[in-house]
Amino acid sequence: MYTTQKECVAMLLAGGQGSRLYALTQNMAKPAVPYGGKYRIIDFPLSNCVNSGIDTVGVLTQYQPLVLHDYIGNGQPWDLDKLNGGVHCLPPYQTALGAEWYKGTANAIYQNIAFIDRYDPEYVVMLSGDHIYKMDYNKMLDFHKEKKADATIAVLDVPLEEASRFGIMITNDDGDIIDFEEKPKNPRSTLASMGIYIFTWSKLKKYLIENENNPDEDKDFGKAIIPNMMKAGEKLVAYAFDDYWKDVGTLDSLWEANMDLLNPNIPIDLYDPEWKMYSRNPIMPPQYIGSDAVIENSMVTDGCVINGHVDFSVIYEGVTIESGATVTDSIIMPGSVIKSGAIVEYAIVGENCTVCPGAQIGARPETVENRDDWGIAVVGHNITISENAKVLPKQIISENM
Amino acid sequence: MSSNKKILGLIFSNMHDHTITDLTKERTMGSVLFGGRYRLIDFPLSNMVNSGIDEVGVITKSNYQSLLDHLGSGREWDLARKNGGLHLLPPFSHVQSGMYRGRLEALYGVWDFIKSSAADYVVLSDCDVVLNMDFSKVVDAHIETGADITTVYVKDVISSEQAQNATVFGINDEGRVVDVLLNPHISGACNLSLNIFVLSKEFLKNIVLEAASKSLFSFEQAILQGRTHEYKIMAYRHDGYYSKITSMETFYKANMSLLNSENRTKLFPENKPIYTKVRDNPPTKFGIGACVKNSLIGDGCIIEGTVENCVLFRGVKIGKGAVVKNAILMQDTVIGAKCDINYIITDKNVKISDMRMLTGSQNYPLFLGKGAVI
Repeated sequence: MYTTQKECVAMLLAGGQGSRLYALTQNMAKPAVPYGGKYRIIDFPLSNCVNSGIDTVGVLTQYQPLVLHDYIGNGQPWDLDKLNGGVHCLPPYQTALGAEWYKGTANAIYQNIAFIDRYDPEYVVMLSGDHIYKMDYNKMLDFHKEKKADATIAVLDVPLEEASRFGIMITNDDGDIIDFEEKPKNPRSTLASMGIYIFTWSKLKKYLIENENNPDEDKDFGKAIIPNMMKAGEKLVAYAFDDYWKDVGTLDSLWEANMDLLNPNIPIDLYDPEWKMYSRNPIMPPQYIGSDAVIENSMVTDGCVINGHVDFSVIYEGVTIESGATVTDSIIMPGSVIKSGAIVEYAIVGENCTVCPGAQIGARPETVENRDDWGIAVVGHNITISENAKVLPKQIISENM
Repeated sequence: MSSNKKILGLIFSNMHDHTITDLTKERTMGSVLFGGRYRLIDFPLSNMVNSGIDEVGVITKSNYQSLLDHLGSGREWDLARKNGGLHLLPPFSHVQSGMYRGRLEALYGVWDFIKSSAADYVVLSDCDVVLNMDFSKVVDAHIETGADITTVYVKDVISSEQAQNATVFGINDEGRVVDVLLNPHISGACNLSLNIFVLSKEFLKNIVLEAASKSLFSFEQAILQGRTHEYKIMAYRHDGYYSKITSMETFYKANMSLLNSENRTKLFPENKPIYTKVRDNPPTKFGIGACVKNSLIGDGCIIEGTVENCVLFRGVKIGKGAVVKNAILMQDTVIGAKCDINYIITDKNVKISDMRMLTGSQNYPLFLGKGAVI
């Protein structure tokens, strides 16, 4: 029987600015930031959805959506161009009562109740476009059903010293969440929220409407919806996840998450045919590694021409690294050119940059006297770094230099 | 796009299959793998699309499962269209079509399809030539010269072996074809046909229907050769990069020619990309101890050994300490640790276990068939 009904719909919050990525998110929303050689961050939640059998995804966009909308297109690269369902970009819109931006995560979903209701789902998965991980949401949904929960929150057991960077869930012996603290100074648990929620839709809808009608409340899941549900005695459970998961909300963590791909001891495998990561593939010839190239411990993709020295780096599509250039411990995003004699170390170079001969970007940590002065050097998108210019560690370049 | 004239593209996927039987045993010439990520049909098909042709028929004959897999709905070439788009034309698809013996018979077999097209002009191409060319310019020249047929050729030096599967033209000062030699016993400089032809649909109709009534099936013999002086056949010279596949040796050389950056720039200009089927491979990973020089490499490879002067297709794995030189390794070939490999061509999914040593020679590279396990 043909039906528009879906058991589970995913809503992906992709409207945030990602301000801690500075120059990299000047012209694009964070989920559109390149990652892992030929992906963008949003490929991970989208591919997870498809691999989990969720074929209806609403992507809530707001900040700088052009690149992201273009990238998602009709969803075909993820097999999400469906007659019924598929991926839908959902920017804020005007109504008879006026127009409003999304005022928070809860309000963004509230404004799209009609979209979700169209599929009449029993459950809604809430995702964000900030994380790199591979996860079967279907298993989490099974857990949600088994526990007869109203809300299930995916949690990761983190080291105690890192717990104060996260939203921390306090659970009882049954795994029910009994309390919740945002970035606690003295964490009472080490179960960090991964920003992945499953709600029973009828319940969530009720709390969204109440939240919207209460002018004193923040329109936010962490600040209002979750605490309200807890107060009212709804059943909230923690779903433990123990595989690779990384928040790429900062320049350092984005760099680390790319480097993790090169470390055989870190369990993020993009080569697993059982859990393929999909992306909008570039239309470029294969990469060419030249006679002068020295390349080890790196990832390189289509359209690159490598003649220089590349070590411990992730090189995105269409990058040229000329003979005599050195790139180590770095990320070079699509279309950039590293000219002969340039040195790039511990750095992120954005899309379509040119690094001229003799320029130096970043430095090895051991060459910096005061370790507090050291950090990843960053060059934003479409920037030219002129001959012999020097970008210091920790420096963020967002204009030609 | 050529002066708003509507153009229909027709590609012959099986012509010349017999020249590289090792590779066409289980596939058509059009689905032979080439250049690290392509199939030969990607070149004529992308050229047509980049020339503004949005209606293309692919005439197949046999062994076309891999071709169907590759082309799908034509989406990757932007040919999944409501109007026009990609049409696969296997034999026996119309009342009058059957196993054809030559180009004219094949065209007659798909005549209903050609008839229903609104195109004014038709571009015919085979799959044995690798090049990047704007066909709309050939159509413009065709209209300008008032030719009946325009044929694309190159001036090049060929060996007697290459001439065995060649059409060679004599051309006068006005660029008109005055002499046609088929598979001649010659070598040296000549005007070599690239088997790309432009005709008006009306003219094509006349020759195809006439040939059918006279039981003529070879376009080369009956038309190019038989009517050289009766028809105005104009030659259009291509002087960019090209490779013509006529044997395993030329197939090997054509792949290796892509290690030259000038050739790559000509074959893959940024504004005229060559499209192919997307495989969603991750990037290629170079491990600790990898040493790669002068090689063209597709996505999804994992390289932990030494690779020199090679073309590696998508998903190839090179084991630790292996040394691979002068090789063409097709999709998902696995070379074990500490292997020593020189001058070989592997078809898809070949597995070579650890510590093997395999060597061919430059003019006779060793070929390992699809799925071979050594």
